[in-house]
Amino acid sequence: MSDKVETIRLQAPFTEGEARALKSGQRILLSGEIYSLRDAGHKRLVELIKHGEEPPITLENNVLYYVGPSPAKAGRALGSAGPTTSSRMDPYTPFLIKNGLRGMIGKGYRSDEVVAAMKEHGAVYFAAIGGAGALISRAIKEAEVIAWEDLGTEALRRLKVENMPVTVVIDTGGNNLYEVGPHIWLTRHHD
Amino acid sequence: MSVREFDVAILRDTVEELCGKLACVLPDDVHDAIEQALEHEDSTVARHVLEDLLLNCEIAAEESVPMCQDTGMVVVFLDVGFDVRFSGNPYEAINEGVRRGYKKHVLRMSVVSDPLRRVNTGDNTPAMVTTRLVPGDHVTITMLCKGFGSENMSRLAMLLPADGEEGVRKFVIDTVAKAGPNACPPFVIGVGIGGTFDQVALAAKRALARPLTESNVDPFYAAMEQSLLAEINALGIGPQGFGGRATALGVAIEVLPTHIAGLPVAVNINCHAVRHIQEVL
Repeated sequence: MSDKVETIRLQAPFTEGEARALKSGQRILLSGEIYSLRDAGHKRLVELIKHGEEPPITLENNVLYYVGPSPAKAGRALGSAGPTTSSRMDPYTPFLIKNGLRGMIGKGYRSDEVVAAMKEHGAVYFAAIGGAGALISRAIKEAEVIAWEDLGTEALRRLKVENMPVTVVIDTGGNNLYEVGPHIWLTRHHD
Repeated sequence: MSVREFDVAILRDTVEELCGKLACVLPDDVHDAIEQALEHEDSTVARHVLEDLLLNCEIAAEESVPMCQDTGMVVVFLDVGFDVRFSGNPYEAINEGVRRGYKKHVLRMSVVSDPLRRVNTGDNTPAMVTTRLVPGDHVTITMLCKGFGSENMSRLAMLLPADGEEGVRKFVIDTVAKAGPNACPPFVIGVGIGGTFDQVALAAKRALARPLTESNVDPFYAAMEQSLLAEINALGIGPQGFGGRATALGVAIEVLPTHIAGLPVAVNINCHAVRHIQEVL
């Protein structure tokens, strides 16, 4: 991976083939429809599927964004909407990937089990910039609560996004920018 | 010696105003530190992140949108002069200020009333308040809106006196390395050393409230802050953990006397959104 950063436009939802073409370190401008879901919503979604009930969304080829937005002011789809820490979703994620989940947007490390499921089923992990909630909010054009309104900020929402800036952190080959990026910097500085 | 009558409504209104200001406007010292980090950053990926963070600050301030959706839990250090007499309950006044501020400025309600049963209080109260009595007739409020992505990666250890400065340094560096991308670097690192199990954590939190432009008043610890910062910025974690120089913007150490048998150390991590402010009332 060179220091040059490549920017790619991507439309969500996307297929396994498209997922497998993405490479760790690429900057993505993501457009289309994605879903917001975090801690409590993950628990509910997994329980529903395990009990054989109809989930409120199909996972096939879809992208989940781990976000608990601040409330919207008048004239906006959402308030501040940056990513939350992904590792809290790790216990649920391999099961969701087996059930068709194609992409995840969050921040921070993932477990070995999540990475193994990503490689096997062709799913991608993106990072949005943690703490850049006002900037990211501009890319979210529409937001609609699909289920679990009682969870407040943690409700399941369908988000229409345009050119949302994210970075491929872990690709379907298991290459990880959190390992490779610091390694490259250290190698350059310790030569 | 005269007693100053202090109307707690001043406290309430101050807190209300500061909640909105802190959520949407990054303090100058932190903003300047990010700009300086960008000047010194030599990784392209890292530069993109720092530029986006500065752009995010502009948008947040212009549009009065919180810079981060985690608008935090309110932490207050209240230094009260011996000669102050409050007109009412200052704790209630602070919480009323939080209640009004979070509603008025449309911030996220992130507080649950019980750590295990987890019911959202709906108004972001209560604030975590620490009171200290000091000479004089002023009330000094130091406030932080603390996000939990970074709070969750903070750690405390009861080291042995024999571990010494090297042990403290190792614990700080290990904590930062473990936090990595989870805690939203570039960080500010608050370090408490000494005291007791409880007080060392408060010292680390107080360190985060100190402006980045100020060093520890003791030259020994000021030098340690600088050398720790250099060591952290040689880890290569970089902004968001994508690799780069700017892993931290600053290290602040606060120390306390301690017991002959102990060396407590606490590391409180703050993400780049260091929402701190101090006002003398």
